Amino acid sequence: MSSSSILNTNPTHEVEQTTCLNVPNHRWGMWWFLGGEVAVFGGILAVFILFRLRNPEWAQEAAHTLTWVGSVNTVILLTSSLTMILAHHFVTGGGAQGLTLEQRASKGALFILLTNLLGISFVSLKIYGYTHEWHAGYTPERSLFWGFYYFMTGLHALHLIAGLVANSVVWVNLMKKRNLQRVESVGIYWHFVDLVWIYLFPLLYLEVSSGG
Amino acid sequence: MSKKQSFLTKYIFSQDHKVVGVQYMILGLLMALVGGYLAYVFRYQLAYPNQSIPGYGVLEADKYNSAVTMHGTIMVFWVAMPILLSGFGNYLLPLMVGAKDMAFPKLNMLSFWVFFVSALTLISSFFVPEGAVGGGWTTYPPLMANPGFTGVGWGAPLWILAVALEFASMLMSGINFLTTTITMRAKGMTFFRMPLFVWMANVASLIFMFSVGPLIAGALMLLADQLFAVGFFLPEKGGDPLLFQHLFWFFGHPEVYVLLLPALGIVAEIITVFSRKSIFGYKMIIYSVLVAGVLSFLVWAHHQFVSGIDPRIAAPFGLTTILISVPFAITMFAYIASLWGGQVRFSTAMLFAISMIVEFLLGGVTGILNGATASDIYMHDTYFVVAHFHYTLFPIVFLTSFAGIYFWFPKIFGRFMNETWGKIHFWITAISANFVFLPLFFVGIAGNHRRIYDPSLFEHLKDFQYLHVISTIGLFVLIGAQVPFILNFFISMFKGKKATENPWEANTLEWQAPSPPGHGNFITDPVVHRWPYDYSLENTEKDWCPQTEAI
Amino acid sequence: MMNWLPENVSTYGTDMDAVMHSIWNIVFVWFLLAEAVLFYFLIRYRKKKGQRAKYKTGNSLKEMSWVLIPAAIVLMFDLGIDFYQNPVWKKVKIDIPQDPDLVVKIEGQQFVWNMTYPGLDNKFGTIDDFKTTSQLYVPINKKVVFELSSKDVIHSFWVPNLRLKQDAVPGRVIKGWFEAVKNGTYSIGCAELCGSGHGMMRGQLHVLSDKEYQDWVYKKTPKKAKKALEAAADSQQENSHE
Repeated sequence: MSSSSILNTNPTHEVEQTTCLNVPNHRWGMWWFLGGEVAVFGGILAVFILFRLRNPEWAQEAAHTLTWVGSVNTVILLTSSLTMILAHHFVTGGGAQGLTLEQRASKGALFILLTNLLGISFVSLKIYGYTHEWHAGYTPERSLFWGFYYFMTGLHALHLIAGLVANSVVWVNLMKKRNLQRVESVGIYWHFVDLVWIYLFPLLYLEVSSGG
Repeated sequence: MSKKQSFLTKYIFSQDHKVVGVQYMILGLLMALVGGYLAYVFRYQLAYPNQSIPGYGVLEADKYNSAVTMHGTIMVFWVAMPILLSGFGNYLLPLMVGAKDMAFPKLNMLSFWVFFVSALTLISSFFVPEGAVGGGWTTYPPLMANPGFTGVGWGAPLWILAVALEFASMLMSGINFLTTTITMRAKGMTFFRMPLFVWMANVASLIFMFSVGPLIAGALMLLADQLFAVGFFLPEKGGDPLLFQHLFWFFGHPEVYVLLLPALGIVAEIITVFSRKSIFGYKMIIYSVLVAGVLSFLVWAHHQFVSGIDPRIAAPFGLTTILISVPFAITMFAYIASLWGGQVRFSTAMLFAISMIVEFLLGGVTGILNGATASDIYMHDTYFVVAHFHYTLFPIVFLTSFAGIYFWFPKIFGRFMNETWGKIHFWITAISANFVFLPLFFVGIAGNHRRIYDPSLFEHLKDFQYLHVISTIGLFVLIGAQVPFILNFFISMFKGKKATENPWEANTLEWQAPSPPGHGNFITDPVVHRWPYDYSLENTEKDWCPQTEAI
Repeated sequence: MMNWLPENVSTYGTDMDAVMHSIWNIVFVWFLLAEAVLFYFLIRYRKKKGQRAKYKTGNSLKEMSWVLIPAAIVLMFDLGIDFYQNPVWKKVKIDIPQDPDLVVKIEGQQFVWNMTYPGLDNKFGTIDDFKTTSQLYVPINKKVVFELSSKDVIHSFWVPNLRLKQDAVPGRVIKGWFEAVKNGTYSIGCAELCGSGHGMMRGQLHVLSDKEYQDWVYKKTPKKAKKALEAAADSQQENSHE
């Protein structure tokens, strides 16, 4: 808290960083946001699993998704999480010690850029997968499995694209050596999007029998 | 020093939590006019079927459905939520915890403007071809999943879009509330020194945050059904209509508490100030509310007892529903006990706060008849349910908001509202509301089901038409009673008696800031030494003791 | 207040009315008690010159018990209500008679109820099945099971006098039952918003004596079916003569 000043004179109205339990504002905010997101995806996953148990024949449908696209994308996404961790590591994490502001920002920008490149490859491959599957006749018309497939992966892809946009903003910040703490926020979000994919991949791409 | 702010950045695109709060309140009150007008239109139809309605014309059956749907939607999502949670929450929460502003002021401004766009989206659906949607505020598919069933093309997707935007805006508010409360409390403001309103707003935000997710998912799936006929909720495509009901009510019932809790918070602040008494059992109330918050996630299927779910799972949901009455019984008893040994001053704000308790009690107890599975078979989807939830929501939304507005007006605008006109407003509002909603219990018990545009078409309801007439006349009076309020509000803003910093002699921190508080709120950073309910301490000269006062 | 219920004409309606009456009586007494205490406090503790409020926080267990003990009694009443009413729910919704006297198929459709009767032979899918629209005829004092479904959207089959309400959900067949105990004609409504004609979706329940009901079924049975049935009966008779 600042000293007993008169009215806040900052016209852009940035509120200073405050913490509780050593967790800063922006991290609390991101965790609350992800709490809401967990409820969204949790609801969808619960619904899908219930339908999946009711429809054992969906195992055959899952065989028609392009498993190699899903697998490669899983690898891409996991790698992008690694580059994201490295970005955070050099900007505000353990690797930042002894580095100058310029070094931290430039290393961070490099790894954010790598993360975004991997993210873009993920989306491109996803689009290839969609077109391929759609033209092969696997549209939502065929069965509700495909409705769920496009809905769940589509919603995930939208989250990922939102992450790409956020990353780009942070990249610009880093180039201007500003708001370095934002790397952590986008990092947490990026890992969350990655985590969602870890659930989607086996459910939608692998031919798991439900035992029913 | 401070750059001079233009009107635009000060009052329109402001990041100041106080301005955002007032924006939410005013937009909420404007939407209440729309919701009230819709109520007038369909209540007129119910009392005088098929006659031309002054100010509307003849109401056709499908437009009747649109009117009740939009009335429910607007009153819950565009009146109750923005006024109670976002309006009072944004204005009061940072002040009450002693912060300069919200944790994320830009996010706060964004949340209001997303809300503004959502309101425009909803209103625009009245003007698209085929008009607003008429599938009920619960938007059950298949009726809402296929435009062929309602005959409404654009209205349905616009409704979903508007609601989704509104949810996004409320989520942003919730993130701000929780983070601000956690990280930005003034020195000495421990969690158990926070005013009850802060507790209630936070628990409400938490409940909202964790219950709305599945409905956001459900709404997107419904949108996919409407636009692309995917069939998540269409049985002919392998979908399940009941799934949507589960997703809806998993959110829908907790939502009731999202509205109730901030209202209880407002009432707690007001009754303690005007009875010069401590709240009774502060921690007991907080723990009750936390228990109720958890339980609220386990009651949803009581809206679906006769919906075709397996009748064997009704019993556990009936039990949880009946159990959730206990924490609220504790809360209501504690509020009543707070008056015990007090010195009650009947200001307009206090009158409204008390009337909230008086009328809410009837709404509360009648809920048992809907929660008990056997009686719900009969009561479900009748006017009994309508009367029940209006007896809870009218006090929660309107009586409480009025109480809060009369109470905090001097803080917000630095001037008092006129008390004489306030009391006229109070008596007519509080009494006429009973004429509107009490008859609905009786027609409901007599077997009048909901959302039918002309009850007199049914043989068993012909004799009860007079009750609908009483209700409608009550509504005319109720709406008329708001004219003095609106005039009082705007005239007092500029011409009211000037208020000092702490006109009601209250303890909470917002009364230590100037009236109205400037940008940044407090002249000096407050340091908190005590909880907020030290009224009428023994051996002190004055009968209040602000939180900033050292022992 | 529960005297406003319409006349009950079903067997389980008596139990449901008893549940509604007792719940209402319990909660209304609680309501009056709470209001009485509230108004007593408001009058007793109104502001008086020169007096000061007492400092009572209700934070000690002793003071809290003023709230917690009544709340505990509320809890006991709650549990009592729940245990008392559960058997009625079970009777109406779970214990559907296995040996009904009549089975009717009821299908909701925007904005009518389609009733399918099994006809003279009491079997569905035979030539003597017949349909009515929004008019349900049943014999008095007989267990009637209905199989409820919907053609388009969700409807809710609602007969206030029977104390019967059950949603009709497309894609599902939901069974329910009732036994009417009084002759007469009663309203049927749709209690779930189902579109523009929701308010006009009406029907009637006709409770007939056994004889009247048999006559009605005979009258409604298609002529062709009657002939076929009579022929079958004749040939059976001839067979038995041989």
